[in-house]
Amino acid sequence: MNSDIFVWPFNLGLYFILIYSVVRSTIWFRNLSRADKLRLQRGFFGMPFMQSIREIFMESLLHRRIFKKNPVLGYMHMSLAFGWFLLIVFGTIEADFFGERHLNPPSHAIFFRWFNPEHGASGLAAIYGHWMDFLLIFILSGLLLAVVKRFIPGMMGMKKTTRHTWSDRIALISLWLIFPSRLLAESFTCGAHGNGGFLTGNLGAALASFLPAADIAPYFWWLYSLSLGTFFFLLPVTRYFHIPVELLLIFMRNSGITTADRWSAYTEVQTHACSSCGICISVCQMSRAAGINDMQSVYFVKGLRNERDIAAITANCLMCGRCDEVCPVGIELGPLRLIERRQGEREVTKLKFFDRYGLMRRREHIEREPTQSYSYLTPEEEKPADVLFFAGCMTHLTPSVIAAMKKIMDSAGVRYRFMDEQGGVCCGRPLMLAGRDREARELINHNSDIIWKSGAKTLVTSCPICYKVFRESYYLEAEVMHHSEFINLLIEEGSLRPGYLHRRVVYHDPCDLGRGSGIYDEPRAVISYVAELQPVPEERSMSLCCGGSLGNLTLSSGKRSLIAADAARILTQSDPDEVITSCPLCKKTFAKATETRVSDIAELVAAALPKPVRKTRGRASLAAVKTVADG
Amino acid sequence: MSEQKANRFGFAINRSRAINYDTSDRKVREYVTMREPSFRLCFACGGCTATCTAGQHASFNLRRMNTYIRRGEIDSLREEVARCMLCGKCLLVCPRGVNTRNVVATTAEALRKLDRNEL
Ligand code: SF4
Ligand code: SF4
Ligand code: SF4
Ligand code: SF4
Ligand code: SF4
Repeated sequence: MNSDIFVWPFNLGLYFILIYSVVRSTIWFRNLSRADKLRLQRGFFGMPFMQSIREIFMESLLHRRIFKKNPVLGYMHMSLAFGWFLLIVFGTIEADFFGERHLNPPSHAIFFRWFNPEHGASGLAAIYGHWMDFLLIFILSGLLLAVVKRFIPGMMGMKKTTRHTWSDRIALISLWLIFPSRLLAESFTCGAHGNGGFLTGNLGAALASFLPAADIAPYFWWLYSLSLGTFFFLLPVTRYFHIPVELLLIFMRNSGITTADRWSAYTEVQTHACSSCGICISVCQMSRAAGINDMQSVYFVKGLRNERDIAAITANCLMCGRCDEVCPVGIELGPLRLIERRQGEREVTKLKFFDRYGLMRRREHIEREPTQSYSYLTPEEEKPADVLFFAGCMTHLTPSVIAAMKKIMDSAGVRYRFMDEQGGVCCGRPLMLAGRDREARELINHNSDIIWKSGAKTLVTSCPICYKVFRESYYLEAEVMHHSEFINLLIEEGSLRPGYLHRRVVYHDPCDLGRGSGIYDEPRAVISYVAELQPVPEERSMSLCCGGSLGNLTLSSGKRSLIAADAARILTQSDPDEVITSCPLCKKTFAKATETRVSDIAELVAAALPKPVRKTRGRASLAAVKTVADG
Repeated sequence: MSEQKANRFGFAINRSRAINYDTSDRKVREYVTMREPSFRLCFACGGCTATCTAGQHASFNLRRMNTYIRRGEIDSLREEVARCMLCGKCLLVCPRGVNTRNVVATTAEALRKLDRNEL
């Protein structure tokens, strides 16, 4: 049996990464809140465990979600992850089955051919050799794609590829070297001994025909071991750390742990689980429409991980949620950004290399001091109502929407009170989006007080921004409804009977209503009732943001117009008569960006309502009287 | 020339428009203009003030606040800026495309930095 010191770089790297993973996971576990610890423990011995195993297989190995988004990219990730996994599994079986002993150390499986150079000349062992060669070629094909992607990102249908730090680069080079060096090492050994599978055997024979294969082979075995070892040592400080961390994330998520609203071990696990796949870059409208390429979620997460100064990156995001929707790792990118915004300025530390192994640090949760104060607001007196209508700040800028809502509710005989007719108080969400939660609480308390005092059963709002915050951050007895849901209800009940307008329309899902609150079907039901609804290229969960978002404090109006124009262009591709939305801000933003008429869903329905009967009759009879008199 | 005489010819300085360089602090203006360059575009039309949500409940006036920033009247500014709800209505009515919400946010930030002597 051969034994050689060349295996030691690999051995050291392997033992290092195993021990490191255990220590780091223990630290993370210790930092979880008590409730989360319990969740994880319970999850480990129940159904969530099976779910996690399944998810790990489907996502971490097969990369099903990336596959769905981009098959070539999916194949690349799958061949590397799943291929390597199979190579290890079958390598271990090979060593156990064909080796001299059972239960070998890992190095004997990894460097099997070096230790058993005469193996696999014929019979079952030879067939097995072909299989191992097949796995190697499977991985190498993925590697080829990875190299291509790095140098020509456009080839994979990706606009931009992510930027690397120097440790990432070294790790990347060692990762790239692992499989080619294995191929050459095995080939030279096979060439020297005249055996091997269809790949290593043939390549080996070809190389051996003009090179001293037996002398060259050890160099490549050294390279193979060194690249593996380097890769393992650098793993925790590079993006490749996501490979083990993602497994932990899957267990945590399936056990029911959530991001909540502060930094925790769970948020840290999420930031380390990002694979820098770059899918969030290609869906971000900031890059594709406004040419801003430095604030996408992948850079945000990387900044968090490396504790950079990311205040500008954190602020410069529409909070549209498109990246959350596509992230194959399932990182809760929006909530993470909000936590960082709440934190305000942070001290920037330049992390030393060893700090980045991250065993000693822990992100503190500091809330920014309040800057706003609304003590000037006076409580309102009690005014009872069954249905409360809250238009919202933005809706006051679109009086036609308010008029339409009044007409609809009158026509359906709804007895309502217009809560902010004389101008109300902001719902608080814009403040929350700016990271000023404590100040937002003051506004929330003020509004809640009015709503509770009214004793209303239903609270209807015309603004998705208000809708989301009413549902998520207010404690209310009243049922909160967006006006599109409410109109749908009125039509279903039969109290509202709009006619049919012969118009071809498209619908734009507002971010906070669609992705933010999951309301996709009700607006569509209403629109289909009164007009011909046409599909648009990116809709429902992948609908575009209008660019007017209050989620971004810093974006200039020029960039906003670019995003609006791009989104409007895609929306109006089928040349509809009208663009329908259900957000006053979207309406205002799109109105400036397209020639096509933009209306709110309430305006569309109001236009489809029959003219009030009494008034026309009144006028008609007057005219009749007049003609009689004239005659 | 005495103030009285100047007044006779109609070019005296209206007191409320005077900038007193002894008491004015330009640091906030510089900070805001640097962080939110669109601030310079404001031509004091008052559109933002007419629509303001906070202005309906208290004496709050974004246009006036902008003047305070320009003049460096820190104390008046401090009271004023805290009242904004960041609702964004002004953003939509501003004819000059001033990023009003960020003017408020950066002003608040500047004042906090000023308190900590970081400006
Ligand atoms: S945040 Fe998600 S989508 Fe973006 S690079 Fe990371 S893993 Fe990929
Ligand atoms: S939330 Fe929207 S704007 Fe922000 S990074 Fe994600 S896709 Fe881009
Ligand atoms: S205005 Fe509409 S599209 Fe724009 S951010 Fe808000 S919900 Fe999204
Ligand atoms: S963002 Fe502030 S200044 Fe602008 S309208 Fe709202 S409350 Fe007024
Ligand atoms: S609307 Fe715009 S330009 Fe007019 S005063 Fe306000 S910020 Fe200045």
